[in-house]
Amino acid sequence: MDNRQKEIDNLKDYKYGFTTDIENTKAPKGLNESVIKFISNIKKEPKWMLDFRLKAYDRLKQLKEPDWQKPKYPKIDYQDLYYYSAPKSMKDKPKNLDDLDPKLLETYKKLGIPLQEQKRLNGIAVDAVFDSVSVATTFREELTKQGIIFCPISEAIQKYPELVKKYLGSVIPVTDHFFATLNSAVFTDGSFAYIPEGIRCPMELSTYFRINASNTGQFERTLIIADKGSYVSYLEGCTAPMRDENQLHAANVELVALDDAEIKYSTVQNWYPGDKDGKGGIYNFVTKRGLCKGKNSKISWTQVETGSAITWKYPSCILKGDNSVGEFYSIAITNNHQKADTGTKMIHLGKNTKSKIISKGISAGFSDMTYRGLVDISSKATNSNNYTQCDSLLMGNKCGAHTVPYIKNKNSESNIAHEATTSKISEDQLHYCQQRGLSAEEAVGLIVNGFCKEVLQQLPMEFAVEAQKLVGISLEGSVG
Amino acid sequence: MKEQLQKDFDNTIKNLTLSQKDIEIKKFYLDNFINKGFPNKREEDWKFSDLNQIIKKNIGELSFYSDYTSTNKVDSSAFVDGLEHNKIVFINGRIEKIDFDYEKKDQIEIIDQSETINKFNNNSSLSDLNNAFTNKSFKIVVKKGYQLTKPLIIYHTTNSKIWSKNINLRLNFELYENSSLRLIDLFRDTSEKNFLNIFYDFDLKENSILKNYKVDKLENKNIKYSFNNIEQGKNSISETLILSSGSNFCKNEINCNLNGEYSSAFVNGIFSINNNKHHEIRTIINHLTENTKSYQLIKSVIEDSSRAVYQGKIFVNSKAQKTDGYQLSKAILLNKDSEFNAKPELEIYADDVKCSHGSASGSLNEDSIFYLMSRGLNYQQSRELLINGFLLDVVEKITDPEVKNLIKNMIGIKE
Repeated sequence: MDNRQKEIDNLKDYKYGFTTDIENTKAPKGLNESVIKFISNIKKEPKWMLDFRLKAYDRLKQLKEPDWQKPKYPKIDYQDLYYYSAPKSMKDKPKNLDDLDPKLLETYKKLGIPLQEQKRLNGIAVDAVFDSVSVATTFREELTKQGIIFCPISEAIQKYPELVKKYLGSVIPVTDHFFATLNSAVFTDGSFAYIPEGIRCPMELSTYFRINASNTGQFERTLIIADKGSYVSYLEGCTAPMRDENQLHAANVELVALDDAEIKYSTVQNWYPGDKDGKGGIYNFVTKRGLCKGKNSKISWTQVETGSAITWKYPSCILKGDNSVGEFYSIAITNNHQKADTGTKMIHLGKNTKSKIISKGISAGFSDMTYRGLVDISSKATNSNNYTQCDSLLMGNKCGAHTVPYIKNKNSESNIAHEATTSKISEDQLHYCQQRGLSAEEAVGLIVNGFCKEVLQQLPMEFAVEAQKLVGISLEGSVG
Repeated sequence: MKEQLQKDFDNTIKNLTLSQKDIEIKKFYLDNFINKGFPNKREEDWKFSDLNQIIKKNIGELSFYSDYTSTNKVDSSAFVDGLEHNKIVFINGRIEKIDFDYEKKDQIEIIDQSETINKFNNNSSLSDLNNAFTNKSFKIVVKKGYQLTKPLIIYHTTNSKIWSKNINLRLNFELYENSSLRLIDLFRDTSEKNFLNIFYDFDLKENSILKNYKVDKLENKNIKYSFNNIEQGKNSISETLILSSGSNFCKNEINCNLNGEYSSAFVNGIFSINNNKHHEIRTIINHLTENTKSYQLIKSVIEDSSRAVYQGKIFVNSKAQKTDGYQLSKAILLNKDSEFNAKPELEIYADDVKCSHGSASGSLNEDSIFYLMSRGLNYQQSRELLINGFLLDVVEKITDPEVKNLIKNMIGIKE
């Protein structure tokens, strides 16, 4: 019991809330053409990339920030942000891990991502993104042997321009909504993965995002391409230091699955959620979209959302190929003054396409949680199926839980089923657990974990353990 | 459209005896409407049904002025047979008859409210339009403890005299403690291409019961919008059934505020549409206090290239603990081009609640058809039997046996 108490005390506060003193190179504040040119220049990008960015910027100037979402936030001054911030020591890119700034390595160790050890342990290939740039990628050699490309996207732009040119913006075009277009204009780095035909990626690929500098927005871009018959499982984790001001995180993630390919994308998002009174925290406005381009392809999103002051994202699947499958498993937990508006979009275009949505929302404290989803079966998507289940759990009467599904069926041979429930932890359940010697908090933890189990078991092992702990921590202090 | 509106407004005002103040208020609403125009799909509530486009496509130019100076002949052969009932008759938007023959005269009060403007719990441009152009409006009050012996049927009749007209109707009802009212709205249109804009307001006091059945069954080319606002006091019950079938376009909106403890609201709906029709039901149930209950069941059978939309919202205030809210929508798409859109929404701020919704859409179950055919029915018969059974579920929810039979006969559902 003492140990547990200690553990809780350790974890109670946001344990990733430290900052690292590392000298940064920043682009001048503000958003304009010269900043975009600065970013493009510092990354030594080819002309087509700069054109891509400028096209997005042109488009951005015509776009208005959307305002239909449930969580409202004070207006963001886009001219008051730094769009590029990189550790100074990264200017000349380190060739291997030994050249990395020791301070950086220490940071990642604190975060629980021992890059050094990872090299030796047979585990996960990690691409770590610090503020705006990708600082280290592990396990590259092993992956190269199989023909798998896993590197920072800026490197991919240099080394594999054909691949990037072909797929970048093919799922999220530069003409998309405001935040996606903003990202297209100013994205700084991110991960790139390409799995060649017929290869089953032997290990989990992983990215760890970290916002360190203040007043910066983090705009990374991830592009994953699974060629015919390949398989990849990809993990993403995020943390940020505690700061009083709100920070913007507007990433774009694009997935492309060709014939018979499968991509599994898991996220454990634990950005700084702000303090107990709702001060500070990250605005997590991310665009994630997967395209099942080929026949029999499959994309599966799993997310555990516990952090961020505001989470606003809808990882989506466009099921274009016949017989393709889209899945979405989500746990979203909000506590204190956190707000989340999240869900998914399943757009059925091909024949015999299937999708499944399992969403679990838990809100406590003064928080507000919305599931918003779209299931759209087009008239050509004959014999398609969707199953949606979204459950919400409320703790206390100061919080809110909302469900806003949009269901469109334009095909008579397709079926859609949708279920949603909202409830609270019943006194009976609590009583039963407490009777058997658990404290109220432990009982709630147990019940909540049971509530989330369907989603948790979709996560890869290493993540599932972390996620399960996170679920417990996030709800700390919300009972009683 | 602006000049037309202004001109028609001036003509309408001329025929009314209104005080200067009332005219000012009406003008205010007219200006509101001119600013906003007909709702379009950029508004979230009209996302699936762009009324502006629908009116443009089906009617074109609307005229807002109706000449109500001459009376229309009430055709008594058109009344419902075999069920004694009280009547209100609208012909082309003009109220021709109010008749409570079967009731005690002193228990029902009919108040002419034509001069007063009602505030609606709906700030859509359509309520502005209604406020600006309604001609005569009445308030029907059912006194304390009185339960109407016979149902009230409101006939909404239009005939070929009108064309491309906008008709605005309004009725208000107040049900005092322990009273009850059964109300059937019957739409009978032989006119074409008109836009009907109907607003009802119900005020239900403690222990009162309202049953409202809206039946739009006869094939017609009109466009309809109907809005019911229901305020419910303690222990009151409201039951609404919508049969949405005949018009080219029809949108029914129910806004129900459960203000009193132990009040409950039931909304049931049937879409049975074919050809190129486009129908919508939108419900908003606001649970505002403890121990309230709501139940909604919507079933749709959609044929040809028609489209049905269901937007249902359950709102639970943070005070409304022990709320029980349920919502189910099921749709059968019979044709490749049919479409069903749903947005079942929950907005919940209290923790001790039981709220759930379900929505399903798909084709007729081939296994069931096979089962029936193996027992000797042909394909057509099996199909009809299944659809009948599917819709019967909703009709069976009608709690009033007389009305249940009437509606069963009307829509030809056999048991």
